[in-house]
Amino acid sequence: MLAKRIIPCLDVKDGRTVKGINFVNLRDAGDPVELGKAYSEQGADELVFLDIAATHEGRKTFTDMVSRVAAAISIPFTVGGGIHELADVARLLEAGADKVSLNSAALRNPQLVNDIAERFGSQVCVAAIDARHDADGWYCYVNGGRIRVERTLFDWAREVANRGAGEILFTSMDHDGVKQGFPNEALARLSDELSIPVIASGGAGAKEHFADAFRLGHADAALAASVFHFGEIKIPELKQYLHNEGICVRL
Amino acid sequence: MNVAVVKYNAGNICSVINALHRIGVEPTVTDSPTELAAADRIIFPGQGEAVNTMVYLHEKGLDDVIRGLKQPVLGICIGQQLLCTHSEEGNTPCLGIFDSCVCRFPSTSPEGKVKIPQIGWNTIEDLRTPLFDGLKDGDFVYFVHSFYVPDSAAAIAHTTYGGVTYASALHHRNFYATQFHPEKSGDVGLRILHNFIHLCHD
Repeated sequence: MLAKRIIPCLDVKDGRTVKGINFVNLRDAGDPVELGKAYSEQGADELVFLDIAATHEGRKTFTDMVSRVAAAISIPFTVGGGIHELADVARLLEAGADKVSLNSAALRNPQLVNDIAERFGSQVCVAAIDARHDADGWYCYVNGGRIRVERTLFDWAREVANRGAGEILFTSMDHDGVKQGFPNEALARLSDELSIPVIASGGAGAKEHFADAFRLGHADAALAASVFHFGEIKIPELKQYLHNEGICVRL
Repeated sequence: MNVAVVKYNAGNICSVINALHRIGVEPTVTDSPTELAAADRIIFPGQGEAVNTMVYLHEKGLDDVIRGLKQPVLGICIGQQLLCTHSEEGNTPCLGIFDSCVCRFPSTSPEGKVKIPQIGWNTIEDLRTPLFDGLKDGDFVYFVHSFYVPDSAAAIAHTTYGGVTYASALHHRNFYATQFHPEKSGDVGLRILHNFIHLCHD
């Protein structure tokens, strides 16, 4: 049976993980490669590395980091941030990434999703969508959630799936960082309407929230950052809990 | 031990090379028929689409080279599918080592809608051959695929997805193949690559 995936997400700036990280005794918790290895050994099913640097120099460092991650770990990983054109995708895949995630770039240039799917295959293209539940419904946001786009979450998700995205990574800006759980109703609607996997992102504060995302939200995978980084939830314990709850996970 | 990785227009070759490095193997990446024929072990990896890949292999003369290999060969993902007789993907004839036709997952199963591609970790069961030494039924490996090889006598592992129990690994003569990606399957996958490199072959 296909397992539900648990995915830690690491923010990287100039080759270093940002946000304080204190969950394991690493020689260097700021090194994304060390951290990625530690998560992999703890049983993470995939990893996501987001490049939050905006400079050309930072991009170069990030690409070098991708090569080092690829050499060090034996599980799939996705990279995102700073991807604007096909050449960026080629560069990151050549460095060893398995998938790339696109956010604002896809909304600005939807054809990029088609181009990536055609050139590298759908499995490479993760469409990341940030959305907020406004008074008039779920709407997409770009630029780190500052600008509303006149596209509803569900319309845009259907469009990127049709254009060839292999997975949807859905972050609710109302839930992200609040630690009160994932937006299960919206997740379930996305998951049921689309024929590609949906990754729940943002909102995890307790183990139960993951179980709910899978059972109520019908998510195929769940992503979190700080609860893992700060050791509030340990991946082996989370997976054992999910297993005890009757949810299929890789132990 | 001289391990060759077939160089062709499919993605993911660098993941295979990285994984081989981790088990202490320095492979040669080549599309030269002479180098391939001289290797002790050959890995035919990939991630891609059947029609274009077959056209490319034919143009390079690699189709006949691969068919004629006598040493242990490991096909991975599209590599497994291309070693079959025919693929529904683009309705294309393939290399014909395994007497199977590659099918697309059905879009619905008795349990409801089937998400395609299958992406993620699934179990392998009914393991046979030394390729799986040290592993057990129920171990998880990483899959990314929309097409599958139906169960047959050549199956050496089974996996179930979308209501279908299919051959997730195959063996015939000197040819082995896995639908999953051992190079992305953590320690289980590294063990499979190690087993392949150390297969007894006479």
